[in-house]
Amino acid sequence: MTIGYLFRRLLSILLVLVIVTFAVFAITAVLPGNAAIMILGEYATPDAVAALEKQLHLDLPWYMQYLSWVSGVIHGDFGMSLRLSLPVSDVVGEAFVNSAVLAGTALVLVTIIAIPLGAIAAVSRGKVMDLLLAVFSYMGSALPEFVTATLLLVVFAAPKTGVFPAGGFTAPWVSIPDFLAHVVLPAVTLGLVLMAHISRQVRSEMSEVLSSDFIRAARLKGLNEKRVIWRHALPNSLAPAVAVISLDIGYLLGGIIVVEEIFAWPGLGRLLIYALENRDLPVIQAVTLLLATVYALSNFLSDVIIAILDPRVRYA
Amino acid sequence: MPKSFLAPNALVGVFLLLFTLAIAIAGPWLAPYNPQAFDALNRLQGPSMTHLLGTDQFGRDLLSRILNGAPTTVLFGVFATLLGVSIGAVIGVVAGVAGGWVDNAIMRILDGLLAVPELLFTLLIVTVLGGGMGQAMLAVAVAFAPGMARISRSAVLSVRTRDYVRAAVARGESGIYIVVREVLPNALGPIIVESTIRVSFAIMIGATLGFLGLGAQPPSTEWGLMVAEARQFMFRNPWCVAIPGMFIAMSALGFNLFGDALRDSLDPRRSH
Repeated sequence: MTIGYLFRRLLSILLVLVIVTFAVFAITAVLPGNAAIMILGEYATPDAVAALEKQLHLDLPWYMQYLSWVSGVIHGDFGMSLRLSLPVSDVVGEAFVNSAVLAGTALVLVTIIAIPLGAIAAVSRGKVMDLLLAVFSYMGSALPEFVTATLLLVVFAAPKTGVFPAGGFTAPWVSIPDFLAHVVLPAVTLGLVLMAHISRQVRSEMSEVLSSDFIRAARLKGLNEKRVIWRHALPNSLAPAVAVISLDIGYLLGGIIVVEEIFAWPGLGRLLIYALENRDLPVIQAVTLLLATVYALSNFLSDVIIAILDPRVRYA
Repeated sequence: MPKSFLAPNALVGVFLLLFTLAIAIAGPWLAPYNPQAFDALNRLQGPSMTHLLGTDQFGRDLLSRILNGAPTTVLFGVFATLLGVSIGAVIGVVAGVAGGWVDNAIMRILDGLLAVPELLFTLLIVTVLGGGMGQAMLAVAVAFAPGMARISRSAVLSVRTRDYVRAAVARGESGIYIVVREVLPNALGPIIVESTIRVSFAIMIGATLGFLGLGAQPPSTEWGLMVAEARQFMFRNPWCVAIPGMFIAMSALGFNLFGDALRDSLDPRRSH
């Protein structure tokens, strides 16, 4: 991987984000319901509406609105939330941290569960464990988040017998046990689809690796089976899993919207639904742009990780 | 019948798909009760001989509601995908056939649109269009279009330089003839595979929109909406949420497995 390649990739990410800002702006510009009327209520006098429109720059043509918004974004100023009367960057920043904590926990959970699970299935190919994993992974990828979340709530958060709280949030830097209790159900919900995809990917890649020459060589050398599987076969099966994880980040970012709404997790997803319901345009724009940026960057990062894990991959 | 359709997961897929399509087409006529009929004495019942899948918070028969909601839920996914594939295929074929700067410009725009997670994209469009079944369908279709355009384009590119296409060009056939008669039929395989798998996503997104109150509206018996309405009572009768949830999963799984089997039959190397 060359510096030139990295540079070109970053440039293309930038281009993608410019297009995203344009698309988001186009969509929000045609949203019904004038923001000024939304804020002032339907009985506002026309004069008051006109004054506020001027203040919000709604009287300018759309491309001027776009340019002023973009120049604000470049300077880190996303405007004021129409509903919360707070700077968007504050609101979104706090929600972003909360979402990142949730998504991060889900990713850690997925990695420590899905990769060994896939490896075990590959080793016991055609046996009961393998079949169980196949059923689990197919079910996992066919259950929408809202169904998984609801079922988990029924089982683990019933009013009297529940093990976990049904919703809410405590920051890990406030109380770790409290945070863990709140994060388990949403993180498992978010992670289920990813676990399904990744364990299947690891399984199929690893069964291929297990039948390759260097594994046979390792066995012939007399290495014990455990070492062959965990130290030789598994590390060589991980590159495709990383590719799947990065594709799934998009899925994760979509899932976060539903999961946060159900579990009352104060992150970007819940903020977005609130903003959509209240036509809070600056917040909608900022959240969308942020999610797209995270997605684009994670794709880029995964290409880099794959190149490191698998030296045969060369980007020029 | 190709061998790959005899693999166990393909058989399960075919079975689930046929079952799903059957209830999506004939469901409302098979329902034993009126799906909207209240029965105050039998509220929130578990499965029994009179109500095979139990009843909801108003004593309405869950089996009848599921069967009535099947067309709404499943056909939503099918038609949203068809619409999305059509839009995407047109864009992809134009890009693939035109090449040059047209192709470049289209691809850059698609890259930008693909950077927005699908559900987020759908939510934005639904907010613009307003809630409701038709709007939700259009939103899912638009959100699917960029991905489908990309796949159609690469399918077109892979056949564009084949000899039979060159022969048609040499014969002096018109551009439209070449695209419709030579390129499209040969590029169709990957597009069909991808669309089949996408139907399962469309069903799940549609149900999610229904659940969030942005898709089907009451008194519809769309399955996602059924889960949303029963949520308040889920601790008293878990069947109310579990049964529509299982039906959503079953129909999504059917399309998913069938799509995988189709892919394997088109490209035996990829089967594992």
